[in-house]
Amino acid sequence: MQRLVPPRAVGVGGRIVKVPQRVLLAHGGGGRLTRRLVEELFVPALHNPHLATLTDAAVLPELPPGRPAMTTDAFVVDPPIFAGGDLGCLSICGTVNDVAMSGAKPLWLTWALILEEGAEGELIETCVKGAARAAEEAGISVVAGDTKVVPRGKGDGIFAVTAGLGVVPPGRDLGDAHIESGDAILVSGPIGDHGATILAHRHDLDAPGLKSDCAPLNHLTEAVLESGAAVRVMHDPTRGGVVTVCHEVAERGATQIVLDESAIPVRREVAGVCDLLGMDPLALACEGRVLIWVASADAERVLGVMHSHPRGENAAIIGHTQEAVPGTPPVVMKTQVGGVRPLDLLSGLDLPRIC
Amino acid sequence: MKTAPFADPKAMAGILTELQNEAKTLDRRVTLMEVCGTHTHSVARAGLRRMMPEMVRLISGPGCPVCVTPVDYLDRALALAALPNITVCTFGDLMRVPSSTLSLEQARAEGATVEVVYSPLDALAMARDDSEKKVIFLAVGFETTVPTIAGALDEAEREAIPNFMLLPGNKTMPQVMRVLVDDPDLDVDGFLLPGHVSVITGWKLFEFLEAFKVAGVVAGFMPTDVAQGVLALVRLAKEGRTEIGNVYGRVVTADGNQHARDLVDRYFEPSDEIWRGFGMVPGSGLGLRSEWAHRDASKIEVEVPPPAEPVGCRCGDVLRGVIDPPECPLFDSGCDPDTPVGACMVSSEGTCSAWYRHERWASEAGS
Repeated sequence: MQRLVPPRAVGVGGRIVKVPQRVLLAHGGGGRLTRRLVEELFVPALHNPHLATLTDAAVLPELPPGRPAMTTDAFVVDPPIFAGGDLGCLSICGTVNDVAMSGAKPLWLTWALILEEGAEGELIETCVKGAARAAEEAGISVVAGDTKVVPRGKGDGIFAVTAGLGVVPPGRDLGDAHIESGDAILVSGPIGDHGATILAHRHDLDAPGLKSDCAPLNHLTEAVLESGAAVRVMHDPTRGGVVTVCHEVAERGATQIVLDESAIPVRREVAGVCDLLGMDPLALACEGRVLIWVASADAERVLGVMHSHPRGENAAIIGHTQEAVPGTPPVVMKTQVGGVRPLDLLSGLDLPRIC
Repeated sequence: MKTAPFADPKAMAGILTELQNEAKTLDRRVTLMEVCGTHTHSVARAGLRRMMPEMVRLISGPGCPVCVTPVDYLDRALALAALPNITVCTFGDLMRVPSSTLSLEQARAEGATVEVVYSPLDALAMARDDSEKKVIFLAVGFETTVPTIAGALDEAEREAIPNFMLLPGNKTMPQVMRVLVDDPDLDVDGFLLPGHVSVITGWKLFEFLEAFKVAGVVAGFMPTDVAQGVLALVRLAKEGRTEIGNVYGRVVTADGNQHARDLVDRYFEPSDEIWRGFGMVPGSGLGLRSEWAHRDASKIEVEVPPPAEPVGCRCGDVLRGVIDPPECPLFDSGCDPDTPVGACMVSSEGTCSAWYRHERWASEAGS
């Protein structure tokens, strides 16, 4: 057995943090080791004045005008490190995006970690760096955190639980109920990247160029909303993919959704993985894409706004809504060859721990 | 998505126009049957059934290897999985098929050692990695799949890996097709012949159909391939010709892959096999030759309950092409992809599953 060495100094966004070689139970004990982990790793990495106070609760400035929007999320993705991201970046982006979908500007996040005794320092380092980078890009602060350590075998490396708070500016009101017949449906980029990446990893498929699309979308959505376009509602297609979101929207919005197969952007690598494993890209998770329902007159405008943003370069109009007729499928797709088929919800898609 | 050449709408429109023209001068409705799960799947995915002319009826036959696997095979697999030091490996879509009791998926949740693999070679790797464990691969599938299974056996023999076995359940097409053309309840004018089975067997294998006055055309799986196949069959029907055609020339030849067949022949021989919905079809299975008895898991003594088919299930009639899925009383009323009663609903290639996902609305709306 090797001797334990003192924590390593590494750089995170211009700051020096200390990464332990391995997670010990004592890191979650609340005593000196916990304090050092927090003060030497998490606080400098996620640096902001609120987190640095290290009190029981972060007392924050008054909220800007508007309605608060909150979300919570848990992250257990396996593997925790994958092409294009890691559990850290995923947990920040997922939370930021949930808040942003409601039309809110995300402000503050909490980040609680459950670490497994024996987890490698490199794993924690990667996740913390990922989280810091995502927080920086999104322009949010992680204002409160917590660290627990469970004995070896009772966890799986690292889990994260978050909460996110933002504010919906006055005058903005998004929701499925606002959808009208004839609205356009846009997606901000190719679908299924994250799901396909995890699948390829699990099945040991070599797919160079395939990586998760994990990214914060709040600047993109804000640009779209600021354009003045009549946006009805936005959703990010995470677990269950585009098809699941469409079914939910069709139900809640009392509408029928018609997608156009030839308009849906799918990367070759994603299509290839799906072909091999018998999956449908429409059912795979995206972690950096937004689906937007907008009045058809404003569709081109929104497309233009997205195209000029780095997170929306490959945006496309992929379908439209129409009057729901009882007894007909809620979601259908015009196939590439000119047929029409209903898009059913995939039953029990066996993809555990994708996010 | 960039349009692949075989899914090109213009090419498709061209073929469909020709098909419509040919169909106009048909003096009776023509019934064409596909006998390949991948055809079932591609027809459904492209929405092809509804693009067919009125006088052309496309039905599904016993083309899904999972769906035709009899209940007692699953019962035996479950009994084996319950034995100590045995790991049962299977293709994914067998996991949710109901047996007389539990499905393999339910058994796994209760602690049985069942693993999903994408290839028999994965199962062999498990056997190689752990000599204490007996690995039994559920050998299900048609002529397309058997060569890789034979290949895994071959590797096991060459590397002297003793703990890798098969539960034989593979089936071959020609014998069941003979039963279909002999069936008085069924009036098939032509078969869309299985594209990838034909890669192995060659299309000449299907020439026996000519004696039964039934045509056959080998077709691939892209939407334009299937449409080409249907067009060729309609033309044959109009001209009263019952020969075998091939519109999948880019991979299918007359004589197929002799090397693959030789490999299969080394390990397997024809056996009598039960097909769900058909009963015993002589010579339609592939059993292990006696010199490979040490690889044959069907020789392991286990207690198997008497087979119990679910009450009301009409999978058999669906597989024979006698009814369409909505005519089964359980379809969408007790039997659906989340809670399947019969095998036809479980596999994504199953007729009922494909119908449920892609076509049930059309029949409900009466269109």
